[in-house]
Amino acid sequence: MDTTNPQAGDAPVIDLLQLYPRDMNIYGDWGNVLTLRKRLQLRGFEVRLHEYNPGDEFPDQVDLIVGGGGQDSGQNKIQTDLLALGGRLKELAGDGVPMLVICGLYQLYGNFFKTHTGDIIKGIGLLNVDTVAGPSRLIGNTVVESSEFGTVIGYENHSGQTFLKEGVQPLGTVTKGEGNNGQDGTEGARYRNVVASYLHGSLLPKNPAVADFLIRGAVLRRYGSFEDTPLEIPYETEARLTAAARPR
Amino acid sequence: MENSPEKTIIPIPAALLTAAGIAAVCGGCRAAPPGSAALCKVLDMRHLLATLAGKTVREVAKLRGGGSALPGLVAEKIDPGFLPRVLGNLPRGVVVISGTNGKTTTTKMVVELLQGQGLKVFTNRTGSNFTRGVVAAALGESNLAGRLDADIAVLELDEAHAVHFVKLVPPRYCLLLNVMRDQLDRFGEIETTAGFLRRIAEATTGSIVLNREDPRIAALATAARAGTEVKYFGLSAQLRPMFPSDDDLRSNAAVVGGPVPENHAVEREADVVLTTCEGSAAGFRLDGRQIEAELRLTGIYNVYNAAAALALARTVLGPDADEDALLQSLEAVTPAFGRGESLTVNGQPLDLVLVKNPAGFRLALRSFPAAGYRTMIAINDNYADGRDMSWLWDVDFDSLRETGVDEVSGVRANDMALRLFYDDVPVGRVDTDLDASLERFIAAAPGTPKRIYCTYTAMLALRRELGKLTNVEVIA
Repeated sequence: MDTTNPQAGDAPVIDLLQLYPRDMNIYGDWGNVLTLRKRLQLRGFEVRLHEYNPGDEFPDQVDLIVGGGGQDSGQNKIQTDLLALGGRLKELAGDGVPMLVICGLYQLYGNFFKTHTGDIIKGIGLLNVDTVAGPSRLIGNTVVESSEFGTVIGYENHSGQTFLKEGVQPLGTVTKGEGNNGQDGTEGARYRNVVASYLHGSLLPKNPAVADFLIRGAVLRRYGSFEDTPLEIPYETEARLTAAARPR
Repeated sequence: MENSPEKTIIPIPAALLTAAGIAAVCGGCRAAPPGSAALCKVLDMRHLLATLAGKTVREVAKLRGGGSALPGLVAEKIDPGFLPRVLGNLPRGVVVISGTNGKTTTTKMVVELLQGQGLKVFTNRTGSNFTRGVVAAALGESNLAGRLDADIAVLELDEAHAVHFVKLVPPRYCLLLNVMRDQLDRFGEIETTAGFLRRIAEATTGSIVLNREDPRIAALATAARAGTEVKYFGLSAQLRPMFPSDDDLRSNAAVVGGPVPENHAVEREADVVLTTCEGSAAGFRLDGRQIEAELRLTGIYNVYNAAAALALARTVLGPDADEDALLQSLEAVTPAFGRGESLTVNGQPLDLVLVKNPAGFRLALRSFPAAGYRTMIAINDNYADGRDMSWLWDVDFDSLRETGVDEVSGVRANDMALRLFYDDVPVGRVDTDLDASLERFIAAAPGTPKRIYCTYTAMLALRRELGKLTNVEVIA
């Protein structure tokens, strides 16, 4: 795999940061990075990938942040570092940096995660959402209707139940599956250019509308304009249709 | 490897109902004082009835081509103590083999290694690695009194079911291979799976054999009971980078700032070390002595399983091991079905490679170079395959870029094709119809050897089709 593309050198650069890829990459989170990179390259951008793991220096230039899900052990490993980094991430989100956080990091972007034993794991509070451990795992193929992105398709696998508070919009409404908490029909969260969701599958390859929203935000912020060249990706539509039709 | 015996409808013969009826009456006698002759008689009777009933269902199920686990269910229901009794008295005890990848191949090797030393080995060969599958296999091989004519039992067990099994039958030995992200839609988290394996280690009374190179497995040494011996199999430093642990899975080749430090295994003395692997030639270090073997297995992941099997066999045999015979048996072992087995179709080699999780798929791609082969990939998402397709995004397909993939098939063919697009791998044809893809794949390029990477249920379907063309042992 090559970080450079044919236009390297004179092509405009986008700096894409993976948040905690070593500990928070439970299932297919690499697919999201790959999709953003490819779609940027196809539009003539050079993509510089950065990894940020606990203790690393946070790069000065970051245009786009992607974070994934983790096991409990992974979450414990990054907890302290994330809390220390929280201020910086809030600042960047406030400044319009697009971010995609899935599952575990979605929870830790919120106010807290309350475990089965009643312990409170503090989040960074970038998103005004609360998560409590649920009685059972919510697992299966999921379809969400979103006013911004149309039909969003993915696979959920989480035991935490997340509740949205003031100032945070859901990503959409579930038409198949359980979503944030299995109760109020919402899935994911939206705040400025931050997209949070429980869906993997991976999310972005089969949901190009979400990928392009993140890309547009990153390019606009860094370069002031974005030429929205539509991309024809083979098998994308068929893969979406199959996924939506499969059993839970 | 899911069987759903509950869903199989089979008419229960009258004789069996009578047997079950008597068993129920016997159950009422349980109040007899422990150790009394009456109780022993009842238990004997119960064991006999369970054996008889199970055997009857087994015959009926066979006639109807039904699932392999139903007879086990029947025997278990009539006599929950069936398994402990039938396995509890084997002179050399019980071996449990578990882990994410390589269970079937390794179990096959261990069985053949021990048989080569003259032992009578009972194993669950039917591919049903749940407790009921073991009961079913035991029914098949026990006599009417419910006794097994075997020295030792070597059992492949699914991680979650192994926990249930070891409560019933504490194993004398266990061999724990690896723990990789797989079936997270079933088990939730990889740490949960590691926890299952810990329970197996805790229940083991004699020796536990661990993969030194998998940090989560090596850490299970602390689970050994007092008096239980811990042994390792491992890789030479040279080969270690070929096997990423689950933590190294994420691709980091393209990251600014260079690769993440390797997750090095703690240096522990291993009983068997795989030192070299070139095609079918493999070198092992046993007790510090180097031996060379010419195997009928290819693919480094199969060959590393051979190191695991050797370590376990040496542990079971102790100083009595006939090393020449061990080596001879090892050289004769062929791959288990679908695990890199080579079939001949239309006079050309056709390899079937089972892939079920990112680590396995990556290792398979590294083990079998694509050059000179035509490639097909078949991905299903039935329950036994796992419904979540996320795992395909944790596999690097760069190694297929030169040759491309001629046919992409299975229920999730389009997901797979999309994945290949994002790794710049050229794709020939995408078709969710497995039979049609297989037919085209076999017919095209008659002079070229072929290889199919497939998920579990896709493999079963492909083998059924291939069975019409060549001699294939059909497992279903």
